[in-house]
Amino acid sequence: MSPLAKLLEAALFASSRPLTVGELSTLEPHAGEGAVHTGLAEIRAVYAAQDHGIELVEIAQGWQFLTRREYAEAIDRAQFALRPRRLSPAALETLAIIAYRQPVGRGEVDEIRGVDSGAVIDKLIERGLVEVVTRGEGLGRPLLYGTTPQFLEILGLKDLDELPRLDELSVALRPPAPTEPE
Amino acid sequence: MSAPTDPVVQEQPGFVVELEQFSGPLDLLLHLINEDELDITDLPIAKIADQFLAVINELGLNQAADYLEMAARLLRIKAQLLLPRRLGDDEWEDPRAGLVRRLLEYQQIRELVDWLAQAAARRAEQFGRGFRPEPPEAPPAPLVIDLNDLLAAAERVIALIPEPVLHRVVPRPLDVEGATARIEALLAERERCGWLEVVGERPSLVDVLSAFIALLELAKRGALRLSQDGPFTPIVIQRESPREAA
Repeated sequence: MSPLAKLLEAALFASSRPLTVGELSTLEPHAGEGAVHTGLAEIRAVYAAQDHGIELVEIAQGWQFLTRREYAEAIDRAQFALRPRRLSPAALETLAIIAYRQPVGRGEVDEIRGVDSGAVIDKLIERGLVEVVTRGEGLGRPLLYGTTPQFLEILGLKDLDELPRLDELSVALRPPAPTEPE
Repeated sequence: MSAPTDPVVQEQPGFVVELEQFSGPLDLLLHLINEDELDITDLPIAKIADQFLAVINELGLNQAADYLEMAARLLRIKAQLLLPRRLGDDEWEDPRAGLVRRLLEYQQIRELVDWLAQAAARRAEQFGRGFRPEPPEAPPAPLVIDLNDLLAAAERVIALIPEPVLHRVVPRPLDVEGATARIEALLAERERCGWLEVVGERPSLVDVLSAFIALLELAKRGALRLSQDGPFTPIVIQRESPREAA
């Protein structure tokens, strides 16, 4: 591997969270982001070719070494690492609405879910999956929420564009057709 | 569950929410619709409303506001559908339209929930270094501020503190002695005088009270006599000197 690739490998190994290309390019002042991309591709290829137990994964707008899926069960059973707590249906509903409507206020989330969502939103903020991004116009200037990089990370997404497009869902919402009276 | 004979079970539970079963009234509605394979765009409202009420009664959800609100909405739509309408009335809007729209929207969210849950489950099959299931929230960045800024900020805050409003009680003692002296001086000159001559043109409240008490006191001592022709007529003050009487 090139010297830069080895430096990137060391940094990625040391970090417990995904590192962005921007962050990685600060390691070597003369290396541009293009060189970092090349280095990352190099590491990826090496780990794939030599058949390792870990792989380099693009996640949450950055890069991270993760264990390969086939070892999840053994590691889990031995309790060397903990699986994250599963999110409740209420939490996932709220996350889905915030992810697609962000920035979105609590009122809109309540309206779509048909239930008060204040406590759920607070919990998501506590888990670092949702944050206040701005304040809305109108009465009381309501807090508007959006998703965090942590949200992408727990879903294994590179970015929000990886979420399914709404028109790809089987229930595509269309404007209500005027109902004909019988 | 305890036996139905258990008296505790007989009691109406105060507030029971079957949290994990349904995540809200829309979820419950969708469940009922899917169970009976109903057409969501042409909902048999009467049937759905009855089923909805039955289920929330059964689950003890009939005291949860969100479910009650939905129950009320269903009953209203049911009532609206019963109202007669004229044929060819273009203004008529299906009272179910709003609910159907919300249900479709909610169904879409449910589909996304499935997708998100799968993505999360798949991600959970891989571990990162120093894996922490729930990284604690980063504490807020330390405040960087120099002393002058801090002092200026403190001054701004202090300036915002309103001045405490204190009601000052000013002692205004009645000057009965002064008034007595004034009345005696007046009566030394002439035999009678009027009220206005005693208190002056524009008397203050204190002047009036002082003069009035002085007059009563002098009258009691027998130094003068007070008379009034009728209610609200001017008070006449007349000297009653023991010297003259003698």
